Amino acid sequence: MNGVEGFMYPNEVELVWSVLIVLYPYITGLVAGAFILASLERVFRVDAVKPTYRLALLTALSFLLVAPLPLQLHLGHPERSPEMYFTPHSTSAMAMFGYVYLWYLMAVLVFEIWLDYRRDIVLRARRERGLLRLIYKVMTLGSDNISERSLHIDERVGWVVTLIGIPSAFLLHGYVGFIFGSIKANPWWSSPLMPVVFIFSAMVSGIACVMVIYMATSKLRGTTIDMGCVDTIAMYLFYTFIIDFSLEMLDLIHRIYEADESFRSLNFMVHTKLYFSHIVVQIGLGTLTPLVLLAITQVTKLSEMARKRIYALAGALTLIGIFAMRWNVVIGGQLFSKSFLGYTTYKVGMVTREGLPVAIALTLLPLLFLWVLVKLLPPWDDASAAHGATGD
Amino acid sequence: MSAFRDAGHLLRFAGLFVLAFIIFLVVRKFVVPKSFGEYGHYRGAAIGEIAAHPAHFAGHQACEACHADIADEKKGGKHAHVNCEACHGPLGKHADDPASVTPAKLDTAVLCVRCHAASVAKPKNFPQVDAADHANGVPCETCHKPHNPALEAGGAK
Repeated sequence: MNGVEGFMYPNEVELVWSVLIVLYPYITGLVAGAFILASLERVFRVDAVKPTYRLALLTALSFLLVAPLPLQLHLGHPERSPEMYFTPHSTSAMAMFGYVYLWYLMAVLVFEIWLDYRRDIVLRARRERGLLRLIYKVMTLGSDNISERSLHIDERVGWVVTLIGIPSAFLLHGYVGFIFGSIKANPWWSSPLMPVVFIFSAMVSGIACVMVIYMATSKLRGTTIDMGCVDTIAMYLFYTFIIDFSLEMLDLIHRIYEADESFRSLNFMVHTKLYFSHIVVQIGLGTLTPLVLLAITQVTKLSEMARKRIYALAGALTLIGIFAMRWNVVIGGQLFSKSFLGYTTYKVGMVTREGLPVAIALTLLPLLFLWVLVKLLPPWDDASAAHGATGD
Repeated sequence: MSAFRDAGHLLRFAGLFVLAFIIFLVVRKFVVPKSFGEYGHYRGAAIGEIAAHPAHFAGHQACEACHADIADEKKGGKHAHVNCEACHGPLGKHADDPASVTPAKLDTAVLCVRCHAASVAKPKNFPQVDAADHANGVPCETCHKPHNPALEAGGAK
Protein backbone atom coordinates (compact mmCIF):
# COMPACT_ATOMS: atom_id res chain seq x y z
CA MET A 1 0.00 0.00 0.00
CA ASN A 2 1.24 3.46 -0.83
CA GLY A 3 3.28 5.04 1.98
CA VAL A 4 2.78 2.13 4.37
CA GLU A 5 5.67 0.13 5.74
CA GLY A 6 5.17 -3.06 7.72
CA PHE A 7 1.84 -3.85 9.31
CA MET A 8 -0.84 -1.20 9.80
CA TYR A 9 -4.40 -1.77 10.92
CA PRO A 10 -6.75 -0.57 8.14
CA ASN A 11 -8.02 2.40 10.16
CA GLU A 12 -4.48 3.63 10.79
CA VAL A 13 -3.38 4.06 7.19
CA GLU A 14 -5.01 7.46 6.63
CA LEU A 15 -4.26 10.14 9.22
CA VAL A 16 -7.34 11.55 10.89
CA TRP A 17 -5.75 14.71 12.26
CA SER A 18 -4.15 16.87 9.60
CA VAL A 19 -1.87 19.91 9.49
CA LEU A 20 -4.78 22.06 10.74
CA ILE A 21 -4.72 20.13 14.02
CA VAL A 22 -1.02 20.96 14.17
CA LEU A 23 -1.86 24.63 13.74
CA TYR A 24 -4.48 24.64 16.44
CA PRO A 25 -2.20 23.97 19.45
CA TYR A 26 0.44 26.15 17.82
CA ILE A 27 -1.92 29.13 17.65
CA THR A 28 -3.42 28.66 21.13
CA GLY A 29 0.12 28.34 22.45
CA LEU A 30 1.03 31.70 20.95
CA VAL A 31 -2.06 33.20 22.62
CA ALA A 32 -1.19 31.83 26.04
CA GLY A 33 2.48 32.75 25.71
CA ALA A 34 1.79 36.30 24.55
CA PHE A 35 -0.59 36.79 27.47
CA ILE A 36 1.97 35.49 29.97
CA LEU A 37 4.46 38.03 28.59
CA ALA A 38 1.88 40.80 29.07
CA SER A 39 1.32 39.64 32.64
CA LEU A 40 5.03 40.12 33.37
CA GLU A 41 4.51 43.84 33.22
CA ARG A 42 1.08 43.99 34.80
CA VAL A 43 1.34 41.53 37.67
CA PHE A 44 5.04 40.95 38.17
CA ARG A 45 5.92 44.60 37.61
CA VAL A 46 8.73 43.95 35.11
CA ASP A 47 8.76 47.52 33.84
CA ALA A 48 11.37 46.84 31.17
CA VAL A 49 8.86 44.92 29.03
CA LYS A 50 6.26 47.71 29.17
CA PRO A 51 6.73 48.67 25.47
CA THR A 52 5.39 45.26 24.50
CA TYR A 53 2.53 45.06 27.01
CA ARG A 54 -0.25 46.27 24.73
CA LEU A 55 1.26 44.65 21.66
CA ALA A 56 1.32 41.33 23.52
CA LEU A 57 -2.37 41.67 24.43
CA LEU A 58 -3.37 42.53 20.85
CA THR A 59 -1.22 39.66 19.52
CA ALA A 60 -2.93 37.27 21.94
CA LEU A 61 -6.38 38.50 20.83
CA SER A 62 -5.52 38.25 17.11
CA PHE A 63 -4.35 34.67 17.45
CA LEU A 64 -7.22 33.74 19.77
CA LEU A 65 -9.76 34.90 17.17
CA VAL A 66 -8.18 32.53 14.64
CA ALA A 67 -7.67 29.61 17.09
CA PRO A 68 -11.05 27.90 16.49
CA LEU A 69 -10.88 28.20 12.69
CA PRO A 70 -8.58 25.19 12.12
CA LEU A 71 -11.01 23.11 14.16
CA GLN A 72 -14.01 24.43 12.28
CA LEU A 73 -12.38 23.65 8.93
CA HIS A 74 -11.27 20.22 10.09
CA LEU A 75 -14.66 19.21 11.48
CA GLY A 76 -16.87 20.90 8.89
CA HIS A 77 -20.42 21.98 9.70
CA PRO A 78 -19.52 25.15 11.61
CA GLU A 79 -23.24 25.79 12.07
CA ARG A 80 -23.27 22.92 14.56
CA SER A 81 -20.55 24.35 16.80
CA PRO A 82 -22.92 26.52 18.93
CA GLU A 83 -24.54 23.26 20.05
CA MET A 84 -21.44 22.74 22.16
CA TYR A 85 -22.63 25.72 24.23
CA PHE A 86 -26.34 24.99 24.10
CA THR A 87 -26.02 21.39 25.28
CA PRO A 88 -22.87 21.34 27.43
CA HIS A 89 -21.28 17.94 27.83
CA SER A 90 -19.47 18.07 31.15
CA THR A 91 -17.47 14.87 30.74
CA SER A 92 -16.06 15.75 27.31
CA ALA A 93 -12.81 17.71 27.51
CA MET A 94 -13.22 18.84 23.91
CA ALA A 95 -16.77 20.11 24.53
CA MET A 96 -15.70 21.94 27.67
CA PHE A 97 -13.02 23.73 25.67
CA GLY A 98 -15.73 25.91 24.16
CA TYR A 99 -16.34 27.42 27.57
CA VAL A 100 -12.63 27.79 28.32
CA TYR A 101 -12.22 29.58 24.99
CA LEU A 102 -15.16 31.90 25.57
CA TRP A 103 -14.07 32.68 29.11
CA TYR A 104 -10.54 33.47 27.99
CA LEU A 105 -11.72 35.56 25.03
CA MET A 106 -14.36 37.66 26.74
CA ALA A 107 -13.69 37.66 30.50
CA VAL A 108 -9.92 37.90 30.21
CA LEU A 109 -8.54 39.25 26.94
CA VAL A 110 -11.27 41.53 25.63
CA PHE A 111 -12.01 42.85 29.13
CA GLU A 112 -8.36 43.55 29.89
CA ILE A 113 -7.76 45.22 26.54
CA TRP A 114 -10.89 47.32 27.00
CA LEU A 115 -9.82 48.42 30.46
CA ASP A 116 -6.32 49.26 29.32
CA TYR A 117 -7.44 51.16 26.23
CA ARG A 118 -10.53 52.81 27.68
CA ARG A 119 -8.88 56.22 28.02
CA ASP A 120 -7.60 56.09 24.42
CA ILE A 121 -10.97 54.86 23.16
CA VAL A 122 -12.83 57.74 24.84
CA LEU A 123 -10.34 60.30 23.56
CA ARG A 124 -10.56 58.92 20.05
CA ALA A 125 -14.35 58.84 20.21
CA ARG A 126 -14.21 62.56 20.93
CA ARG A 127 -11.62 63.30 18.26
CA GLU A 128 -12.49 61.08 15.30
CA ARG A 129 -15.24 61.68 12.74
CA GLY A 130 -17.58 59.50 10.70
CA LEU A 131 -17.50 55.73 10.89
CA LEU A 132 -14.39 55.63 13.10
CA ARG A 133 -16.13 57.84 15.63
CA LEU A 134 -19.09 55.46 15.66
CA ILE A 135 -16.80 52.45 16.16
CA TYR A 136 -15.02 54.13 19.08
CA LYS A 137 -18.36 55.31 20.50
CA VAL A 138 -19.63 51.75 20.53
CA MET A 139 -16.40 50.62 22.16
CA THR A 140 -16.85 53.12 25.00
CA LEU A 141 -20.16 51.38 25.81
CA GLY A 142 -21.66 54.82 26.27
CA SER A 143 -19.36 55.86 29.12
CA ASP A 144 -16.88 58.67 28.54
CA ASN A 145 -15.80 58.93 32.15
CA ILE A 146 -11.99 58.99 32.13
CA SER A 147 -11.52 60.78 35.40
CA GLU A 148 -8.40 60.00 37.36
CA ARG A 149 -10.40 57.93 39.81
CA SER A 150 -12.15 55.86 37.14
CA LEU A 151 -8.80 55.17 35.45
CA HIS A 152 -7.39 54.16 38.82
CA ILE A 153 -10.29 51.72 39.24
CA ASP A 154 -9.52 50.37 35.73
CA GLU A 155 -5.92 49.86 36.74
CA ARG A 156 -6.87 47.91 39.86
CA VAL A 157 -9.50 45.82 38.09
CA GLY A 158 -7.08 45.22 35.19
CA TRP A 159 -4.53 43.88 37.65
CA VAL A 160 -7.08 41.42 39.04
CA VAL A 161 -8.13 40.38 35.51
CA THR A 162 -4.49 39.72 34.58
CA LEU A 163 -4.05 37.74 37.79
CA ILE A 164 -7.08 35.60 36.86
CA GLY A 165 -5.80 35.55 33.27
CA ILE A 166 -2.56 33.74 34.15
CA PRO A 167 -4.24 30.51 35.36
CA SER A 168 -6.77 30.97 32.54
CA ALA A 169 -3.95 31.05 29.98
CA PHE A 170 -2.50 27.95 31.62
CA LEU A 171 -5.93 26.33 31.48
CA LEU A 172 -6.39 27.26 27.81
CA HIS A 173 -3.17 25.67 26.70
CA GLY A 174 -2.87 23.08 29.45
CA TYR A 175 -6.18 21.75 28.16
CA VAL A 176 -4.69 21.25 24.69
CA GLY A 177 -1.88 19.20 26.21
CA PHE A 178 -4.44 17.41 28.38
CA ILE A 179 -6.38 16.30 25.30
CA PHE A 180 -3.29 14.60 23.91
CA GLY A 181 -1.89 13.46 27.24
CA SER A 182 -5.11 11.72 28.22
CA ILE A 183 -5.34 9.53 25.10
CA LYS A 184 -4.25 6.33 26.83
CA ALA A 185 -4.34 4.24 23.66
CA ASN A 186 -1.52 6.25 22.11
CA PRO A 187 1.87 5.87 23.82
CA TRP A 188 3.35 8.81 21.89
CA TRP A 189 0.79 11.12 23.54
CA SER A 190 -0.25 9.46 26.77
CA SER A 191 1.83 11.24 29.40
CA PRO A 192 0.82 13.38 32.39
CA LEU A 193 3.77 15.61 31.49
CA MET A 194 2.06 16.59 28.24
CA PRO A 195 -0.02 19.52 29.62
CA VAL A 196 3.03 20.92 31.45
CA VAL A 197 5.25 20.61 28.38
CA PHE A 198 2.54 22.28 26.29
CA ILE A 199 2.23 25.18 28.74
CA PHE A 200 5.96 25.87 28.80
CA SER A 201 6.37 25.48 25.06
CA ALA A 202 3.41 27.87 24.70
CA MET A 203 5.16 30.43 26.85
CA VAL A 204 8.34 30.02 24.80
CA SER A 205 6.54 30.45 21.47
CA GLY A 206 4.37 33.36 22.68
CA ILE A 207 7.32 35.28 24.11
CA ALA A 208 9.36 34.68 20.95
CA CYS A 209 6.42 35.71 18.77
CA VAL A 210 5.84 39.02 20.56
CA MET A 211 9.57 39.74 20.57
CA VAL A 212 9.82 39.17 16.83
CA ILE A 213 6.63 41.17 16.12
CA TYR A 214 7.86 44.02 18.34
CA MET A 215 11.22 44.15 16.55
CA ALA A 216 9.60 43.86 13.11
CA THR A 217 6.98 46.55 13.78
CA SER A 218 9.62 48.89 15.22
CA LYS A 219 11.66 48.43 12.06
CA LEU A 220 8.62 48.97 9.83
CA ARG A 221 7.62 52.10 11.74
CA GLY A 222 11.19 53.40 11.67
CA THR A 223 11.33 53.72 15.46
CA THR A 224 14.14 52.71 17.77
CA ILE A 225 13.94 49.30 19.33
CA ASP A 226 13.96 49.59 23.12
CA MET A 227 16.98 47.37 23.79
CA GLY A 228 16.29 47.22 27.54
CA CYS A 229 12.92 45.75 26.64
CA VAL A 230 14.13 43.14 24.13
CA ASP A 231 17.09 42.24 26.36
CA THR A 232 14.65 41.49 29.17
CA ILE A 233 12.28 39.56 26.90
CA ALA A 234 15.22 37.55 25.54
CA MET A 235 16.31 36.80 29.10
CA TYR A 236 12.84 35.50 30.01
CA LEU A 237 12.70 33.59 26.73
CA PHE A 238 16.02 31.96 27.58
CA TYR A 239 14.93 30.94 31.09
CA THR A 240 11.53 29.68 29.99
CA PHE A 241 13.18 27.80 27.14
CA ILE A 242 15.55 26.07 29.56
CA ILE A 243 12.59 24.88 31.66
CA ASP A 244 10.71 23.79 28.53
CA PHE A 245 13.73 21.94 27.15
CA SER A 246 14.40 20.30 30.53
CA LEU A 247 10.80 19.08 30.70
CA GLU A 248 10.96 17.68 27.18
CA MET A 249 14.24 15.95 27.96
CA LEU A 250 12.75 14.61 31.21
CA ASP A 251 9.91 13.14 29.18
CA LEU A 252 12.40 11.67 26.69
CA ILE A 253 14.70 10.21 29.36
CA HIS A 254 11.71 8.80 31.18
CA ARG A 255 10.53 7.08 28.01
CA ILE A 256 13.99 5.69 27.27
CA TYR A 257 14.47 4.42 30.82
CA GLU A 258 10.94 3.04 31.11
CA ALA A 259 11.31 1.43 27.65
CA ASP A 260 7.79 0.00 27.62
CA GLU A 261 6.40 -2.16 24.82
CA SER A 262 6.01 0.84 22.49
CA PHE A 263 9.58 2.08 22.88
CA ARG A 264 11.29 0.18 20.08
CA SER A 265 8.64 1.23 17.59
CA LEU A 266 8.65 4.89 18.64
CA ASN A 267 12.44 4.97 18.78
CA PHE A 268 12.59 3.60 15.25
CA MET A 269 10.05 6.22 14.10
CA VAL A 270 12.08 9.08 15.63
CA HIS A 271 15.16 7.83 13.81
CA THR A 272 13.43 7.38 10.46
CA LYS A 273 10.10 9.05 9.61
CA LEU A 274 10.41 11.80 12.21
CA TYR A 275 14.17 12.27 12.00
CA PHE A 276 14.08 15.51 10.04
CA SER A 277 11.14 17.16 11.81
CA HIS A 278 12.05 15.94 15.31
CA ILE A 279 15.81 15.66 15.57
CA VAL A 280 16.90 18.18 12.94
CA VAL A 281 14.17 20.86 13.07
CA GLN A 282 12.66 20.62 16.56
CA ILE A 283 15.69 19.75 18.67
CA GLY A 284 18.65 20.92 16.58
CA LEU A 285 17.41 23.97 14.74
CA GLY A 286 14.46 25.00 16.86
CA THR A 287 15.71 24.34 20.40
CA LEU A 288 19.47 23.91 20.78
CA THR A 289 20.43 26.61 18.27
CA PRO A 290 18.23 29.37 19.80
CA LEU A 291 19.25 28.24 23.28
CA VAL A 292 22.95 28.58 22.39
CA LEU A 293 22.31 31.92 20.65
CA LEU A 294 20.39 33.27 23.64
CA ALA A 295 23.01 31.91 26.04
CA ILE A 296 25.69 33.83 24.13
CA THR A 297 23.75 37.07 24.65
CA GLN A 298 23.44 36.31 28.37
CA VAL A 299 27.10 35.62 29.06
CA THR A 300 28.91 37.96 26.67
CA LYS A 301 28.76 41.68 26.01
CA LEU A 302 27.69 42.09 22.42
CA SER A 303 27.00 45.21 20.40
CA GLU A 304 23.38 46.36 20.03
CA MET A 305 23.30 45.36 16.38
CA ALA A 306 24.65 41.88 17.10
CA ARG A 307 22.09 41.36 19.87
CA LYS A 308 19.24 42.51 17.61
CA ARG A 309 20.29 40.06 14.91
CA ILE A 310 20.69 37.23 17.37
CA TYR A 311 17.30 37.91 18.96
CA ALA A 312 15.58 38.03 15.57
CA LEU A 313 17.25 34.80 14.47
CA ALA A 314 16.68 33.03 17.80
CA GLY A 315 13.03 34.20 17.86
CA ALA A 316 12.35 32.98 14.33
CA LEU A 317 14.07 29.62 14.98
CA THR A 318 12.11 29.23 18.21
CA LEU A 319 8.83 29.74 16.37
CA ILE A 320 9.88 27.16 13.77
CA GLY A 321 11.01 24.78 16.52
CA ILE A 322 7.76 25.00 18.48
CA PHE A 323 5.76 24.48 15.27
CA ALA A 324 7.88 21.39 14.64
CA MET A 325 7.14 20.24 18.20
CA ARG A 326 3.38 20.51 17.53
CA TRP A 327 3.86 18.74 14.21
CA ASN A 328 5.79 15.90 15.81
CA VAL A 329 3.20 15.49 18.54
CA VAL A 330 0.12 15.58 16.30
CA ILE A 331 1.42 13.94 13.12
CA GLY A 332 4.05 11.76 14.81
CA GLY A 333 1.38 10.26 17.06
CA GLN A 334 -0.49 8.98 14.03
CA LEU A 335 2.37 7.61 11.95
CA PHE A 336 2.91 4.36 13.82
CA SER A 337 0.63 1.36 14.21
CA LYS A 338 -0.84 0.32 17.51
CA SER A 339 0.58 -3.09 16.63
CA PHE A 340 4.03 -1.40 16.81
CA LEU A 341 4.88 -3.24 13.60
CA GLY A 342 4.28 -0.65 10.92
CA TYR A 343 4.31 2.99 9.87
CA THR A 344 2.27 5.13 7.56
CA THR A 345 3.04 8.39 5.77
CA TYR A 346 1.41 11.80 5.98
CA LYS A 347 1.26 13.86 2.85
CA VAL A 348 -0.06 17.40 3.24
CA GLY A 349 -2.97 18.00 0.86
CA MET A 350 -2.98 20.91 -1.55
CA VAL A 351 -6.42 21.65 -2.95
CA THR A 352 -8.42 20.43 0.02
CA ARG A 353 -10.16 22.02 2.97
CA GLU A 354 -7.25 20.93 5.15
CA GLY A 355 -4.44 21.54 2.67
CA LEU A 356 -1.27 23.57 2.73
CA PRO A 357 -2.73 26.81 1.25
CA VAL A 358 -5.42 26.82 3.96
CA ALA A 359 -2.80 26.21 6.65
CA ILE A 360 -0.66 29.07 5.35
CA ALA A 361 -3.70 31.36 5.17
CA LEU A 362 -4.65 30.52 8.76
CA THR A 363 -1.10 31.23 9.90
CA LEU A 364 -1.15 34.63 8.23
CA LEU A 365 -4.71 35.54 9.20
CA PRO A 366 -3.82 36.50 12.82
CA LEU A 367 -1.27 38.96 11.42
CA LEU A 368 -4.04 40.57 9.36
CA PHE A 369 -6.24 40.75 12.47
CA LEU A 370 -3.30 42.22 14.38
CA TRP A 371 -2.81 44.85 11.69
CA VAL A 372 -6.48 45.89 11.97
CA LEU A 373 -6.32 45.92 15.78
CA VAL A 374 -3.11 47.95 15.77
CA LYS A 375 -4.73 50.48 13.40
CA LEU A 376 -7.78 50.69 15.65
CA LEU A 377 -5.99 50.53 19.00
CA PRO A 378 -2.36 51.61 18.49
CA PRO A 379 -0.22 49.96 21.14
CA TRP A 380 2.66 52.40 20.81
CA ASP A 381 3.43 54.95 23.51
CA ASP A 382 3.73 57.80 21.01
CA ALA A 383 0.17 57.18 19.81
CA SER A 384 -1.40 57.73 23.21
CA ALA A 385 0.99 60.58 23.98
CA ALA A 386 0.10 62.37 20.74
CA HIS A 387 -3.33 63.26 22.00
CA GLY A 388 -2.78 63.34 25.71
CA ALA A 389 -5.82 65.39 26.61
CA THR A 390 -7.14 64.61 30.03
CA GLY A 391 -10.68 63.58 30.70
CA ASP A 392 -13.33 65.02 32.92
CA MET B 1 -21.73 57.71 45.26
CA SER B 2 -18.77 59.08 43.30
CA ALA B 3 -17.03 55.69 43.56
CA PHE B 4 -20.13 54.13 42.09
CA ARG B 5 -20.22 56.73 39.31
CA ASP B 6 -16.55 56.23 38.51
CA ALA B 7 -17.06 52.48 38.30
CA GLY B 8 -20.20 52.88 36.18
CA HIS B 9 -18.43 51.82 32.99
CA LEU B 10 -17.58 48.49 34.62
CA LEU B 11 -21.26 47.94 35.25
CA ARG B 12 -21.89 48.59 31.56
CA PHE B 13 -19.38 45.90 30.63
CA ALA B 14 -20.95 43.55 33.18
CA GLY B 15 -24.33 44.48 31.69
CA LEU B 16 -23.06 43.32 28.29
CA PHE B 17 -22.28 39.94 29.80
CA VAL B 18 -25.69 39.73 31.47
CA LEU B 19 -27.36 40.71 28.19
CA ALA B 20 -25.35 38.13 26.26
CA PHE B 21 -26.27 35.50 28.85
CA ILE B 22 -29.97 36.35 28.63
CA ILE B 23 -29.82 36.17 24.82
CA PHE B 24 -28.02 32.83 25.16
CA LEU B 25 -30.75 31.47 27.45
CA VAL B 26 -33.53 32.68 25.15
CA VAL B 27 -31.89 31.23 22.02
CA ARG B 28 -31.16 28.02 23.92
CA LYS B 29 -34.80 27.69 24.83
CA PHE B 30 -35.74 27.77 21.15
CA VAL B 31 -32.96 25.73 19.60
CA VAL B 32 -32.52 22.88 22.09
CA PRO B 33 -35.08 20.20 21.27
CA LYS B 34 -37.58 19.51 24.04
CA SER B 35 -36.69 15.85 24.30
CA PHE B 36 -32.94 16.53 24.64
CA GLY B 37 -31.51 14.73 27.68
CA GLU B 38 -34.56 12.52 28.16
CA TYR B 39 -32.45 9.34 28.07
CA GLY B 40 -28.91 10.68 27.73
CA HIS B 41 -26.88 13.35 25.97
CA TYR B 42 -29.00 13.23 22.83
CA ARG B 43 -32.48 14.00 21.55
CA GLY B 44 -34.90 11.49 23.06
CA ALA B 45 -37.35 11.81 20.17
CA ALA B 46 -34.62 10.66 17.77
CA ILE B 47 -35.21 7.06 18.88
CA GLY B 48 -38.85 7.10 17.72
CA GLU B 49 -37.93 8.90 14.48
CA ILE B 50 -35.26 6.35 13.64
CA ALA B 51 -37.58 3.46 14.51
CA ALA B 52 -40.20 4.91 12.15
CA HIS B 53 -37.84 4.79 9.15
CA PRO B 54 -38.90 2.22 6.56
CA ALA B 55 -36.74 -0.92 6.65
CA HIS B 56 -34.40 -1.08 3.65
CA PHE B 57 -33.19 -4.61 4.28
CA ALA B 58 -35.51 -7.58 3.81
CA GLY B 59 -33.39 -10.12 5.71
CA HIS B 60 -32.08 -13.45 4.39
CA GLN B 61 -35.23 -15.34 5.44
CA ALA B 62 -37.27 -13.25 2.98
CA CYS B 63 -34.76 -13.98 0.18
CA GLU B 64 -34.64 -17.70 0.93
CA ALA B 65 -38.44 -17.96 0.84
CA CYS B 66 -38.36 -17.46 -2.96
CA HIS B 67 -34.73 -18.27 -3.87
CA ALA B 68 -34.54 -21.72 -2.24
CA ASP B 69 -32.17 -22.95 -5.00
CA ILE B 70 -29.59 -20.28 -4.11
CA ALA B 71 -30.02 -21.03 -0.41
CA ASP B 72 -29.22 -24.68 -1.16
CA GLU B 73 -26.20 -23.70 -3.22
CA LYS B 74 -24.87 -21.53 -0.41
CA LYS B 75 -25.26 -24.25 2.21
CA GLY B 76 -21.95 -25.80 3.17
CA GLY B 77 -19.94 -23.27 1.11
CA LYS B 78 -17.58 -20.61 2.39
CA HIS B 79 -20.26 -17.96 1.95
CA ALA B 80 -22.93 -19.87 3.90
CA HIS B 81 -22.98 -17.26 6.63
CA VAL B 82 -22.67 -14.21 4.40
CA ASN B 83 -26.02 -12.49 4.32
CA CYS B 84 -27.61 -12.10 0.86
CA GLU B 85 -27.87 -8.34 1.18
CA ALA B 86 -24.22 -8.00 2.22
CA CYS B 87 -23.41 -8.42 -1.49
CA HIS B 88 -26.71 -7.62 -3.21
CA GLY B 89 -27.42 -4.51 -1.15
CA PRO B 90 -30.67 -3.63 0.63
CA LEU B 91 -33.56 -5.25 -1.22
CA GLY B 92 -36.56 -4.59 1.00
CA LYS B 93 -38.46 -3.03 -1.92
CA HIS B 94 -37.75 -6.05 -4.13
CA ALA B 95 -39.03 -8.38 -1.38
CA ASP B 96 -42.21 -6.29 -1.08
CA ASP B 97 -42.85 -6.20 -4.81
CA PRO B 98 -40.65 -8.73 -6.66
CA ALA B 99 -42.37 -8.20 -10.00
CA SER B 100 -41.74 -4.50 -10.46
CA VAL B 101 -38.48 -3.98 -8.49
CA THR B 102 -35.63 -6.03 -9.95
CA PRO B 103 -32.16 -5.97 -8.37
CA ALA B 104 -29.31 -4.76 -10.55
CA LYS B 105 -26.84 -7.35 -11.88
CA LEU B 106 -23.65 -7.25 -9.82
CA ASP B 107 -20.18 -6.81 -11.29
CA THR B 108 -18.14 -9.49 -9.52
CA ALA B 109 -14.84 -7.95 -10.65
CA VAL B 110 -15.63 -4.99 -8.39
CA LEU B 111 -17.71 -6.69 -5.72
CA CYS B 112 -15.44 -9.56 -4.67
CA VAL B 113 -12.31 -7.46 -4.11
CA ARG B 114 -14.18 -5.41 -1.53
CA CYS B 115 -13.50 -8.30 0.83
CA HIS B 116 -10.82 -10.30 -0.95
CA ALA B 117 -8.28 -7.64 -1.98
CA ALA B 118 -4.92 -8.53 -0.47
CA SER B 119 -4.05 -6.60 2.67
CA VAL B 120 -1.46 -7.36 5.32
CA ALA B 121 -4.04 -6.36 7.93
CA LYS B 122 -6.19 -9.41 7.12
CA PRO B 123 -5.74 -12.81 8.76
CA LYS B 124 -3.41 -15.09 6.76
CA ASN B 125 -6.02 -17.82 6.30
CA PHE B 126 -8.54 -15.41 4.77
CA PRO B 127 -8.61 -15.82 0.96
CA GLN B 128 -7.17 -12.68 -0.57
CA VAL B 129 -5.69 -11.82 -3.96
CA ASP B 130 -4.05 -9.02 -5.87
CA ALA B 131 -6.95 -8.70 -8.35
CA ALA B 132 -4.91 -7.37 -11.27
CA ASP B 133 -2.36 -10.14 -10.90
CA HIS B 134 -4.89 -12.89 -10.11
CA ALA B 135 -7.68 -12.24 -12.62
CA ASN B 136 -6.34 -9.58 -14.99
CA GLY B 137 -9.80 -8.05 -15.41
CA VAL B 138 -11.64 -11.33 -15.90
CA PRO B 139 -14.80 -11.32 -13.74
CA CYS B 140 -14.44 -13.58 -10.68
CA GLU B 141 -17.60 -15.53 -11.51
CA THR B 142 -15.88 -16.92 -14.60
CA CYS B 143 -14.10 -19.37 -12.29
CA HIS B 144 -15.85 -19.02 -8.93
CA LYS B 145 -19.55 -19.36 -8.21
CA PRO B 146 -20.28 -16.42 -5.93
CA HIS B 147 -22.73 -18.37 -3.78
CA ASN B 148 -20.27 -21.23 -3.25
CA PRO B 149 -16.91 -19.90 -4.41
CA ALA B 150 -14.57 -22.91 -3.99
CA LEU B 151 -13.34 -24.04 -7.41
CA GLU B 152 -14.13 -27.69 -6.64
CA ALA B 153 -17.72 -26.66 -5.94
CA GLY B 154 -18.41 -26.45 -9.65
CA GLY B 155 -16.71 -23.37 -11.07
CA ALA B 156 -14.75 -23.72 -14.33
CA LYS B 157 -11.15 -24.83 -13.83
